[in-house]
Amino acid sequence: MEWDWAFVWQIMPTLLEGFKITILATVLGAAVAAVVGLLLAIMRRSPIPAVSRTVGFVSEFIRGTPLLVQLYFIFYVLPDIGIRLSPLVAGVIGIGIHYATYTAEVYRAGIENVPRGQWEAAKAANLTTPQTWVHVILPQALPPMIPALANYFIAMFKETPLLSAITVLELMNQAKSIANSNYRYIEPMTLVGIFFLVISLISVVGLRWLEERYARMDD
Amino acid sequence: MSVWSGYLTLILEGALVTLQLTIMGSALALVMAFLAGLGRLSRIFAVRALATTYIEFFRGTSIFVQLFWVYFVLPLAGLTLTPLQAGVLALGLNVGAYGAEVVRGAVKAIGREQTEACVALNLSRYQRMRYVILPQALPLMLPTFGNNAIELLKGTAVVSLISLTDMTFQAQVVRAQTGNTLIPFTMILILYFAMSWTISTAMRWLERRMSRNLDGVRS
Repeated sequence: MEWDWAFVWQIMPTLLEGFKITILATVLGAAVAAVVGLLLAIMRRSPIPAVSRTVGFVSEFIRGTPLLVQLYFIFYVLPDIGIRLSPLVAGVIGIGIHYATYTAEVYRAGIENVPRGQWEAAKAANLTTPQTWVHVILPQALPPMIPALANYFIAMFKETPLLSAITVLELMNQAKSIANSNYRYIEPMTLVGIFFLVISLISVVGLRWLEERYARMDD
Repeated sequence: MSVWSGYLTLILEGALVTLQLTIMGSALALVMAFLAGLGRLSRIFAVRALATTYIEFFRGTSIFVQLFWVYFVLPLAGLTLTPLQAGVLALGLNVGAYGAEVVRGAVKAIGREQTEACVALNLSRYQRMRYVILPQALPLMLPTFGNNAIELLKGTAVVSLISLTDMTFQAQVVRAQTGNTLIPFTMILILYFAMSWTISTAMRWLERRMSRNLDGVRS
């Protein structure tokens, strides 16, 4: 089968339509992952063992099982108990929570990397807990986290094709429907690959720059 | 209850396919990781370029896109694969690219003085790698290899989308036939978690064993 440029230009608008959804899902998912991850990291540090142990186990469980199955679970099981979600919302929640368990580890490592002396000094200077976090701990903990967080952001972007399995009309799904209705797989599938590859390569350059700017965090 | 035993067998059969994919995929990934990882450290430019291209290409797109590409586009080039072969190939090459970076990182983490000592002892490049560098680098690679194996296990869920009858596929079959989503999906989530837990426990054991012989070599 030959590569057909006319077909490529014909399907491009549909693919770009899907690509917009891919970007939207990535950005929303990243927002969920950033917030939920922080909550998980804070709960993991809880002095109550029941809370920290439970959160630890749940994170471990989510990290040890496939995102695809979790997406099915959210999309098919939750409606049984009366929670109906649109495919995109279910996908964003699924991917967001999955990656939150990874970002939580980044937050945890970042916070633990702040030397004990800083906490003690804050206490000695009579800062309140919120002041300690906002003015002392977070300004030191956040910059080293940025490259690691960006890394997961890219990973998330690459995982969004899974959303096609729960009928989100993102790039991969558009490509599949084009392929199935035209019986041509080579152009749509290759183009999806190229789309992802180009964005990933650009983001790898961006990531290198971030790593140089903010010293790499050893994990 | 007797109805369920049939469905249980179905899911367990799927678990076997998942295991098979994980083991064969990991074997391929391990080979690719060492080939590409050591390839990136080669003196020959062409080998370095080839290894870098492989790594960037497979890390730049997701396993899902690669799987579809292997399954739908390669047949057009005259290479028809069964779903199992396509799955093992895509999973192995994808995770191998991540593993290659681990191999490279671990080899580079072994101090310069080790290399210099080998030169002083007149060891050949092969001997240096085989008897001095790799035995020290291997325990450094193991924890990340364990994580990669878990990523591969999670990646196997995606093969259900190219109609390979793995655990996720069978859970969908059970869902379609019984209309019940909660039981099959909870069950496979637990099975996936049990498998990833086994991998991480086995890796920790292996790591302890391998570093035992190195007592006193590394500080």
